[in-house]
Amino acid sequence: MKGTNLGEFEELVLLTIAALMSEAYSVAICDELEKRAGRSAKLGVVHAVLNRLEEKDLVKSRLGEATSTRGGKRKRYYTLTNTGKASLLKAKEVRDGLWSLIPNMSLKNI
Amino acid sequence: MRMDKKETHPPRWAEKFLSWYCKPGLLEDLQGDLHEYFQRNLKAQGATRARLIYIIDVFKFLRLYTIRKPEFINFLINWIMLGSYIKTSGRSIMRNKLFSAINIVGLSVSMAVGLLMIGIISDISSYDKFHEKHDRIYRITSVYQWLENKDNQGNASNSMMVGKAVQENFPEVERAAVLHTGYSGDFQVGETTVTLNGLWSNESVFDVFSFTLLQGNMAAALRQPFSVVLTETAARKLFGDGNAMGKTITLNKDRQYTVTGIMKDVPTFSHMKFDVLGSLNTREILQVDDREWKWDNVWSTYVYVLMQKDADMEAFQQKLTAYARQNDNLIPNVKVYLGFQPLTDILIGEDLNNQLGATFGKITFWIFLAITTIILLSAAFNYTNLSIARALRRSREVGVRKIIGAVKGHIIGQFAVESVIISLLALIFAFGLFVLLKPHLLSLQSDLHELLVLDVSPALIGYFIVFAITIGLLAGLFPALFFSKINAVKVLKDVSSVQVFRKITMRKLLIVLQYSISIIFITSMLIMHKQYKHFLAFNFGFTIDNIVNISLQGNKADPIIAELRALPEVQNVSMSRLITSTGNYWGVYMKTDKDLADSTMVWHNLVDENYLPLHDFALLAGKNFTAKPDSAKETEVIVNQQILKRFNIASQIPSDAVGETVTLDNNNVTIIGVVKDFTYGKADNNNSNEVVFRYGRKDAEYINVKFVTNDWPATREKIEAIWKKHDAIHPMHAKLYKDQINEGFDGLRASVKLATFMAVMAICISSLGLLGMVVFTTETRLREVSIRKVLGASEGKLIFLLGRGFVVLLAIATFISLPLTYLFFEKVMLVKLSNHTSIEAFEMFAGVIGILILAAILIGSQTFKIARTNPADVLKNE
Repeated sequence: MKGTNLGEFEELVLLTIAALMSEAYSVAICDELEKRAGRSAKLGVVHAVLNRLEEKDLVKSRLGEATSTRGGKRKRYYTLTNTGKASLLKAKEVRDGLWSLIPNMSLKNI
Repeated sequence: MRMDKKETHPPRWAEKFLSWYCKPGLLEDLQGDLHEYFQRNLKAQGATRARLIYIIDVFKFLRLYTIRKPEFINFLINWIMLGSYIKTSGRSIMRNKLFSAINIVGLSVSMAVGLLMIGIISDISSYDKFHEKHDRIYRITSVYQWLENKDNQGNASNSMMVGKAVQENFPEVERAAVLHTGYSGDFQVGETTVTLNGLWSNESVFDVFSFTLLQGNMAAALRQPFSVVLTETAARKLFGDGNAMGKTITLNKDRQYTVTGIMKDVPTFSHMKFDVLGSLNTREILQVDDREWKWDNVWSTYVYVLMQKDADMEAFQQKLTAYARQNDNLIPNVKVYLGFQPLTDILIGEDLNNQLGATFGKITFWIFLAITTIILLSAAFNYTNLSIARALRRSREVGVRKIIGAVKGHIIGQFAVESVIISLLALIFAFGLFVLLKPHLLSLQSDLHELLVLDVSPALIGYFIVFAITIGLLAGLFPALFFSKINAVKVLKDVSSVQVFRKITMRKLLIVLQYSISIIFITSMLIMHKQYKHFLAFNFGFTIDNIVNISLQGNKADPIIAELRALPEVQNVSMSRLITSTGNYWGVYMKTDKDLADSTMVWHNLVDENYLPLHDFALLAGKNFTAKPDSAKETEVIVNQQILKRFNIASQIPSDAVGETVTLDNNNVTIIGVVKDFTYGKADNNNSNEVVFRYGRKDAEYINVKFVTNDWPATREKIEAIWKKHDAIHPMHAKLYKDQINEGFDGLRASVKLATFMAVMAICISSLGLLGMVVFTTETRLREVSIRKVLGASEGKLIFLLGRGFVVLLAIATFISLPLTYLFFEKVMLVKLSNHTSIEAFEMFAGVIGILILAAILIGSQTFKIARTNPADVLKNE
């Protein structure tokens, strides 16, 4: 099992899902990522990541109501599972811990 | 909003593709996302770009995790259900006996043609494959040009010079086999004489080709002059079971040849056939022909080259051309172009003159293939049509299946199995027809018998079964797809909601097409048959009845004639050089004294004094020849009226022409008689009727016997007994004059046969097509008819109502096909045939009327059935 280790992009997607709350579906996630991270997120890539996250049991999904904008197709909304939340928190902890080790000046020099 | 949607939609095929490959679980999601993006791009970048991006995205999503896994369970179910499919198909076939019979008959008739085609293809493709190096063997071909007149067809043969040159000057040629025609005749060993056909050949023949030498040395067998290699059969004929090697054989009572090898018989599937091979270098010693090595003598030598592995054939062609151009000046005004042809292409390759053995014309082959394909497609389409026409009956069954849990795949499986079963049943009948038709096909033309065997081998049976399954799947494809799409709920609620009537124009067109083809074939058959009968009964201007022509085959005529005359049945015996009116021509140059211009070619025959009376030629003036010794100088000639006309002799008055002098072959002769015009060539050829008779007992090759008998076979036996006394070696070649003339029209007879066959088939197929259509229409209109009936329509009116549409279709077909056929024969075909009879109303309309009556019965029977149904039965379900 790959366990709870997250890739960089996976982490971003998970965070976006958490941030979007109940509006997290593929296209919205793409848009949000583009806005926040300032880099283009391809739909295909995001889909693949969502698929993988779901396989890892970090997110779960449900189908919404049909809307006319999508040619009558329903949206698939994603929410974090507890494991997902835990792995995000763990990732944050790891980073925070590392950050705390860095003295202030060493970064200022850059 | 709605407008928007209508105008710009993502490309349908891309959508379909997506839903085809995508996992059902992911599909909706992906479709939605892509659609959303599409709408966005539409606003931002316009329709074209949006579509393009959509398509690209569809392909981008083609990833491992999106692809639908093959549904193994479906596979399993289909496999388990196979038994059930077969069972239900069997039931359905039995329940609708009429339909099944129609389908099976229709398919089997056309499949029989397909089987013949497969047999032919399988035979043809095995030609010359037994040569181990067949992929490296090529034949050098030539095209002859005199002044600016380049022959439009090349020759399979070549000049002797080419044979020598390719061996010496072309390093890419490994070996070259050079063959020359004419090593044939009477081969004699002691008391045994056998007539054999063979070829002169150089020693490389066994290196290039894979003919198996049973005895003798491959490399040396044909190296020495006066060597001969015999096939097993030839050796057995000449030497019995004794050893032949090293023995000598006398050819045509002239030279002796030593047997240096015995080879296996030439395989059936070899384009060249021979009994013996003589060493080619013998000809250098014999010096038969001083033109032997001439550059323009491209008529009797065949050059086959075995190329080095990976030889550059394009470069080889260039070198051949360069070599040919070097020789342009050897013979004034003559150019010869060289080319090559792969060995395995010879049988159905380019149509060449002067082939070494029979070949299958490329054009003939493609025409046959095209006709077969049309017939098969037409029949398969009929099956499709008929199956869908029965949709109303079957759709409820499909509905129930679907409700129980069948998915699309299962329904497709069931219908596919059903059509395959039908086509396999049809295969049984088709095979019967194949066996029945095979001898007829092979006897269509004399060549075919030599070329094709059509042996039923296990491999061929395998091809047949694969073919039948393919046809079954092809024919069943559309019905299967159609039924698999039926909406179960709708069907069970209301059967008539099934939309079967969509492509109606297409089907009408098909009917018109099928009937036009039928009418064309049957009318052509009748017209050609009439021509054939007409030519057989043709009056040539002399008698051909009760005359038998015997080929002398080099024997002395007088002793035979003397004995023949002694037979009580024989009335008269004459001699001639040619048998005229069967397509034999022999020219001689003639001019008159007054005519200072060049001499003109006229046709002639050399005859004795009995020839004209025996054949009842009408002498208009003068007298017949009188008997003369063989040594006498030629002084007399008998001409026909056309000659008088052509040379304007004595103002074309026969009696005045007698006594005039003309020059024949630079020899002055006197006209002693004038006969009435007659047909010298063939009954269908009027171009060459200027004929002179010359006296020439010594040049005779035939004796003509006139007899009176009620028992021809017995008379023939008596004649044969006489023949055997004089020539024990050659079998007698005696034919009734009438039969010989009939043989001249074998081609026409073959066409009539072929057209008859085609007509029967086309009528079968089109009738089935029509029947399908009629059933189709009447069943969909069942309710309408019932209501009309309730309201008071009579049965007659209903039949009229239902049949009207079809009558119109048939009328259209008739109006298209009849004038076409008429024009084709009147302007194209019959123009080439002199002395043809005119096309009359009977031939034009008999076929059409027959077809129309058949169609009327078909339409009538179905519409009558519908018109007779009790409206209460139909309407009570409403």
